[in-house]
Amino acid sequence: MQITINGEDQQLDDARLTIAQLLQVKDVESPDMVSVQLNGEIVDRSRYDATEISDNDHVEFLYFMGGGTFA
Amino acid sequence: MIDFTSEQLERYSRHILLQDVGVEGQAKLLGAKVLIVGAGGLGAPAALYLAAAGIGTIGIVDSDTVEISNLQRQVVHFTKDIDMPKVESAKEKMLAINPGIEVKTYQECLNADNIRAIIRDYDFVVDGTDNFPTKFLVNDACVMDNIPFSHGGILRFDGQTMTVVPGKSACYRCFFRKPPPPDAVPTCSQAGVLGAIAGMLGTIQAAEALKYVTEVGELLTDTLLSFNAKTMNFRKVTLQKQKNCPICGENPTVTELIDEEQALTCNLRQY
Ligand SMILES: [Zn+2]
Repeated sequence: MQITINGEDQQLDDARLTIAQLLQVKDVESPDMVSVQLNGEIVDRSRYDATEISDNDHVEFLYFMGGGTFA
Repeated sequence: MIDFTSEQLERYSRHILLQDVGVEGQAKLLGAKVLIVGAGGLGAPAALYLAAAGIGTIGIVDSDTVEISNLQRQVVHFTKDIDMPKVESAKEKMLAINPGIEVKTYQECLNADNIRAIIRDYDFVVDGTDNFPTKFLVNDACVMDNIPFSHGGILRFDGQTMTVVPGKSACYRCFFRKPPPPDAVPTCSQAGVLGAIAGMLGTIQAAEALKYVTEVGELLTDTLLSFNAKTMNFRKVTLQKQKNCPICGENPTVTELIDEEQALTCNLRQY
């Protein structure tokens, strides 16, 4: 299927994929450090296994970023 | 309306020349109160620019002292300031740039017990903290007390920022529901950051504070701006306020401030 990840068109071999599997396929280093937005909605972390993506979906991997200094 | 002295007219002439700012805008800046949380990589450039811009009252919170490893990016601190409290070091430079402002220092750690008493006095908050428990605490306190703020984060070659106007735009929890598990946060050896990225991000946050106060332009609300310094690609991801957000949604589950489990801050402290 064809989906968009972080604004880039991507061709995936798999016909069906959950968010959890997509994170694996895309080699996301630490999935706990990512918030996933699917077609404009944030997917609850507890539902990564249950949520399937389909053709033409728009996925955003939003990374947790700290930075600055400890206050 | 403030009566500007001739020294002020000259000092702020490049603001006053801007049609969108003018003397009215500069008067708003001089009357504004902005709190900077963290006098580190993000807070340092924000502190310098906000002081230079003539924000009349600037608060700065940080419990740390200056270390030599800070100097690679925390440009408000100088080599001579090592071991000095960061808030004192920052205040000295801010007043050296602009003696016409007031700088209030808070040499303490923000926690669930003290945050609301501190932020209450301010119009806008710049979040320059490095750890997620404090980021969530700043979000939650600002949402509860209706204080707009700028979120900022950096990691290695990346940066991200968004502006939150509570009640109107998406908050940090709309995007990032809860802090990541402490053991998932990158460790000391893995993390690092290109110093100038802190400057890129901290100055965006300062610009958002100035835009908010002067009511110029469109804020980075409902928008997470991310950039990667290796490619210099900037991207905006939009997100509306979420109905199921744990704090600003319809059935909030976060109804009081709590100190989230503290990740080992040593790791992110390196930023
Ligand atoms: Zn929210």
